[in-house]
Amino acid sequence: MHKESAIREPLILGHKTYHDITEDVCRSIEGKAPKAWYILFGIALLLGLYGVGCILYLLGTGIGTWGLNKTVQWAWDITNFVWWVGIGHAGTLISAVLLLFRQKWRMAINRAAEAMTIFAVFMAGLFPLIHMGRLWVGYWVMPIPNQFGSLWVNFNSPLLWDVFAISTYLSVGFVFWYIGLLPDFATIRDRAKNPVSKKMYSILSFGWSGRAKHWNRFEIVSLVLAGLATPLVFSVHSIVSFDFATSVIPGWHTTIFPPYFVAGAVFSGFAMVQTIMLIVRKGLRLEAYLHTKHIEYMNIVIMVTGSIVGVAYLTELFISWYSGVEYESYAFINRATGEYWWAYASMMTCNVISPQLMWFKKLRTSLLFTFFISIVVNIGMWFERFVIIVTSLHEDFLPSSWSMFHPTWTDIGIFVGTIGLFFVFYLAFARYFPVLPIAELKTILKSSGESYKNGSAPVRTSPSPSKPKVIEESVEVEEVSNEEKTNRISSLIEKIGAGSEENKDDLKLISGVGPKLEETLNEIGIYSFEQVSKMTKNEYDLLDSITGSFPGRAERDNWAEQAKNLMNK
Amino acid sequence: MEFQISAKAKKTIFGVIGVGLLAFIIGIVQNIGSEQFATRLMSNLLIDGFFFFAIALGALFFLALQYATETGWSVAIKRVVEGVASYVLVGMVVLLVVFGILTVTDGGFFGALTNHGHHTGHIYQWMDSEIVDHDPLIQGKAPFLTKWMFWVLTILYMSVYYLFYKGFRKRSLQEDLEGGTKIHFKNFAKGALFLVLFGYFSSTSTWHWLMSIDAHWFSTLYGWYIFGGMWCTAMTTIMLLVLYLKKLGHLEQVNGSHIHDIGKWIFATSFLWSYLFFSQFMLYWYANIPEEAIYFVFRIEHYPVIYWGMFLINFIIPMLVLMSADAKRNSGILMFVCIAIIIGHWGDVYMLVTPGTMQEHGTIGFMEIGLFLAFAGVFTFFVLNTLTKAPLMPKNHPYLDESKHHHI
Repeated sequence: MHKESAIREPLILGHKTYHDITEDVCRSIEGKAPKAWYILFGIALLLGLYGVGCILYLLGTGIGTWGLNKTVQWAWDITNFVWWVGIGHAGTLISAVLLLFRQKWRMAINRAAEAMTIFAVFMAGLFPLIHMGRLWVGYWVMPIPNQFGSLWVNFNSPLLWDVFAISTYLSVGFVFWYIGLLPDFATIRDRAKNPVSKKMYSILSFGWSGRAKHWNRFEIVSLVLAGLATPLVFSVHSIVSFDFATSVIPGWHTTIFPPYFVAGAVFSGFAMVQTIMLIVRKGLRLEAYLHTKHIEYMNIVIMVTGSIVGVAYLTELFISWYSGVEYESYAFINRATGEYWWAYASMMTCNVISPQLMWFKKLRTSLLFTFFISIVVNIGMWFERFVIIVTSLHEDFLPSSWSMFHPTWTDIGIFVGTIGLFFVFYLAFARYFPVLPIAELKTILKSSGESYKNGSAPVRTSPSPSKPKVIEESVEVEEVSNEEKTNRISSLIEKIGAGSEENKDDLKLISGVGPKLEETLNEIGIYSFEQVSKMTKNEYDLLDSITGSFPGRAERDNWAEQAKNLMNK
Repeated sequence: MEFQISAKAKKTIFGVIGVGLLAFIIGIVQNIGSEQFATRLMSNLLIDGFFFFAIALGALFFLALQYATETGWSVAIKRVVEGVASYVLVGMVVLLVVFGILTVTDGGFFGALTNHGHHTGHIYQWMDSEIVDHDPLIQGKAPFLTKWMFWVLTILYMSVYYLFYKGFRKRSLQEDLEGGTKIHFKNFAKGALFLVLFGYFSSTSTWHWLMSIDAHWFSTLYGWYIFGGMWCTAMTTIMLLVLYLKKLGHLEQVNGSHIHDIGKWIFATSFLWSYLFFSQFMLYWYANIPEEAIYFVFRIEHYPVIYWGMFLINFIIPMLVLMSADAKRNSGILMFVCIAIIIGHWGDVYMLVTPGTMQEHGTIGFMEIGLFLAFAGVFTFFVLNTLTKAPLMPKNHPYLDESKHHHI
């Protein structure tokens, strides 16, 4: 059986039963959406529509509506593209890499992060498509024969590698996410009262029945997909970095780019997960499943990846000097002190300094501070891409053509529009999809649930429809100091005699003793039926005061009598 | 049952050291008159000195990583990791001696060789003022590539590695006696601190120790690439030791799942190393800027077999062989992969040093193989000796129970 050390903090707070998990996750889908949801959805929709309008205007008029010029041929378009792709990194990292590392806390965020990944990649994909100018021939990026009017694609170009890398990433990410949703859709289907939604969720759940055979296949597929998705976590952003690093442009051509882009992507992805989940947990009242410990873990990931990014910045800076290549050195001096110094300073502050604050436990466990930093990091990571792209281009090899980049309202409109569209998708997801993996959470309830960890979970002998509140009251126990506990244990053992591990009986045979309780008894030093048979009312009370749980149970079930019978068998 | 080095093991180890030294001496006798003799000797000392030190350092990193990430499963193999890491003490001394000799001889110039009146045969050209005077590029790197900076930083790295190793070991043994969670949380904090320092040092130290051999060449990824290799070799060495100890009947609590997990680490770090190799190589190959590409062009032209051979061994063998779950639990297959990886990664370090020092004249002969065997023997003996000093199974670690019941 899976063991979890007592010093690990519980992942599910309070006393939750399997049924509670289903109820808590389905509540938001089955109930009415709050007013705040409609307001947010409305705002997002308006922004999104404005973005769509800008895109249509650009398509009708031409790329000239962007602020690009002949020196800075790439600016906000590619910045936004890389920014969104980077955000889309957290999903697969959480669902694949953290799965392989057996990080159970990921279950509080994996579903929502995977959804975020898919929507972010949608937004990212828009930019190259728009930039090609003729959206309706976007399929020309595929290697298709010239008869279609296209030109054979250039396999030497990292931009084409991007097409393959990102579409693979999107497909695998989507399948991974959807497969995980099947059992949960089935749960919602089975609970649905409205025939229309029953039909909808029944289609979505692909006829999931919950048979052992289905679960078996489900687990095999999950593992295979995790194996496939892990290299994708690395490949996608490495290939995005190749867009720059394979060139000979100073500031772009550096070997550290692939791993450093991957770290930066995870950094920004986790920041976006924080931003969104802090709102979602509050809005959907999921605080018991996604609590301070989860936020802290995510902040540590942000701190580590932020530090890796910081080391990479400094490495680049140092090597640009060390290399002795004048152009390389100039590119970095210009970044830090040139006309775009403010962008560089924002990037450094947001990405290198702000995550270091997470070293303080007080800060990394503060929800408000986390929310603030998550937004700061998202801004910083946007600036990082802007700095890399624009500062390396705007002062090119020919000083007479040096220029600055000024965004137009179309640039801004499309960027803001993608944020709007992203949240339209996301809010729809949070409304109609189970944002926590119901089936998966149930697998960790007994090993990582708070009430199971501290032994206060009541074991129900008869199906009692009691509300959680009542149970919480009943598990309130008197606080006993450790010293006092030891005293009580020794006086208990004195009366019933010492036992040893060698003479261990199966205490579970006593009705009312489960595996958990047996462990507790063993810990106290009760191993054999003989010991239990010597217990009287006095010892029962003593035992209750030590374990602090199940008051009165031993007496009610008459353990001593049961143990005597078992001894004689 | 306490672990003791058996008489048979001792005999084998000393046998290997003896054979290694014999081969090394044969190599010396063969080459003593040749022009490249001194360079070859120093290159070899640097290669093996660094290679084995890096294994220990990789293990020290892994130990800190386990503490900082509060990992449960690895508690049962903790003593083995500590054992491998303990070699930092010896490796450090060896490296400092090598660096000392190189500093005294102006980067490995032994006086006898001149080529058109120029000094040749260096390990670190930049330590020789005769050369630097005629080389504006090296002059430009002056504050970094100077003897004093080299030594200030090297002593800083070594003292940090020394203190952290000693601290981790001391607290580990203390925890056996005292229990409680105080030591555990201290290890957690110290582990995180070590990772921060190591994050910088692993890059900056290799720039000085290895990248500066090709004094004109540079790569931002260099330090991370070396780090990938050292981590992989450390995991491999840990695996070999665990398999050996299990075979002798020790480490009863280490089950198939632990072996499987170390196997996964070997698989993963091999991929990591290959990924970093590819990133560095591909970007310079693709852009084809002469001063960058020359590094690879030279290696491919003059050392095609070793260069591609070590890449194939380090990437293809672990990928194909360790792909299946069963292979990661089969000690025969694991032994084969581990030995292949150790040879492959030695080839990697050989490729980092030799082409820069010996130019096209590097070969692998008695000298190289002999010195490798001698170092391997000393390394093994020292590590096994550390393992005899403390019980192989730690006590009182808060996650010990998780590790004992580890099942995947």
